[in-house]
Amino acid sequence: MSKTITIDGNEIPFAEGQTIMDAAMAAKIYIPHLCHNPEFKPHGSCKLCTVRANGRAVSACTMPAGEGMVIENKTGELDDERRAIVQMLFVEGNHLCPTCEKSGNCQLQAVAYCLDMMSPHYNHFYPPREVDASHPDVFLDRNRCILCELCVRASRDVDGKNVFGLSGRGIGSRLVVNSASGRLGDSTFAVTDRAAQVCPTGAILIKRQGFSVPIGSRIYDHKPICQVETEGKSGGEHE
Amino acid sequence: MSDVKKVRIATCSLAGCFGCHMSLLDIDERLFDLLEAVEFDRTPLTDIKHCSPCDVGIVEGGVCNAENVHVLKEFRKNCKVLVAMGACAITGGLPAMRNNIDLWDCFQEVYQYEGGLEGGQIPNDRELPLPFDKVHPIYEVVKVDYFLPGCPPSGEAIWKFLTDLLAGREPKLDYEQLHYD
Repeated sequence: MSKTITIDGNEIPFAEGQTIMDAAMAAKIYIPHLCHNPEFKPHGSCKLCTVRANGRAVSACTMPAGEGMVIENKTGELDDERRAIVQMLFVEGNHLCPTCEKSGNCQLQAVAYCLDMMSPHYNHFYPPREVDASHPDVFLDRNRCILCELCVRASRDVDGKNVFGLSGRGIGSRLVVNSASGRLGDSTFAVTDRAAQVCPTGAILIKRQGFSVPIGSRIYDHKPICQVETEGKSGGEHE
Repeated sequence: MSDVKKVRIATCSLAGCFGCHMSLLDIDERLFDLLEAVEFDRTPLTDIKHCSPCDVGIVEGGVCNAENVHVLKEFRKNCKVLVAMGACAITGGLPAMRNNIDLWDCFQEVYQYEGGLEGGQIPNDRELPLPFDKVHPIYEVVKVDYFLPGCPPSGEAIWKFLTDLLAGREPKLDYEQLHYD
C-alpha cells in the first residue's frame, strides 16, 4: 500500500523523498509555479507554488510529501495571493508583452492568464535594466528577468559552466554573467547549452528565431498553462 | 427600444495608436446592435471635444503628457464606470519603452538625428502639452473600474466585454480573448 497525500480532496500516491510538487505533477495536478522545473534542484523562490499543507503555507516544490498530508491548492485565497505575486513580478521588471518575442510562449504571461490577471494593479517601477546583445546567438534582456535562477542552475548543474549567477540584494538583485567583462559574448556560453533553453520568460532569447511561430500557433494561445503542463508538454521552451 | 434610455459611452485615445479603436470597429455589423443600446458622447467617432456625464468611459492609451492627465481626469469625473482598454492604458505599453531613455535624448533622436531630418528642430510651441519623463498606465493616475487587456483586444473580446457590461454582468473574457499582446 503506497503512501498518499490529498490535494483539494483528491487522494494521490507519492514515493518517499518526493515533494508535494513531484507528487502533484505525477498525478497531473497543476500547482502554479515559475522557478520550478523538474529537471533541476528545487529553488523555492518564486512562491507561486505556495499551498496549504495541513493548514500551513509551504512551497510545494521544496516541501517533502508526508503520509496523510491534506493539501489545499486551488483555492480562491491562494490564487489571490498568487495573482498578487505575479502582479508584483510584472511591475518590478519591464514586461511589455506586445514588444516581446516570447509572448504566447511565456510562462509568466501564461500563469497570469491562468490566474485571470486583468492588470498589474501595483505602480510600475520601470527599473533601468541592461540588455546584453554581445553574444552571437543569444540575447540577454534583463528587463524580463524574474530571478528564478533556472539558467543559473542549468548552466551550473547540466552544462557544467557556471555562466550565470545572481548578484545584489532586494530590488538591486540582478542576473550577472561569469566573464571578465561581464558580457555574455565573452563567456563560455553556447546556444546549445541547456541554460539557453530554460528561461520561463523572454530574458534569454535565441537570436534569429523571433516571431517564427505565428500568433495562434504559440504554446499558450489556445490552452492555458494548467492544461499544457498536465498534458505532459513542457511549456515556454523554444521548439 | 426608442423609449429605453440608452447607455451613454465616451471613448478617447491618450498615448495610444488608435489600434484599440480600430479593434472596436472590428465588431463590424454588431456596431448596429451596439447603437441600439448605446449612444456615443465624446469619442474620436463623433469628434465631440469634451466629455459630458456618461455611463461608461473607455480609455485607450497610457499617460505620457499633461494633456493626457486633463482628459483622463475629465473622463473619471464624468463617467460612472471607467474602463482601461488595451496594453498602453494598462501597462504603459509600447510608449513605455522610452521610460528608461532620457527624454532629451529621445527627442534629439526623433527630431534631429534620425536620417533625413537635416535642420530638424525639436517642437517647442506653448500649445504643445508638456511631456512626462515616463509613460504611465492610467490606473496610476485615476481609479479604474475595469480592464480590457490586449494589443489590441480583439473585436470579439471588446464585444464580449461590452455585452457583459450592458447586460449588468461582471465582464469576463474567455481564455482565448484574454491576452496581453
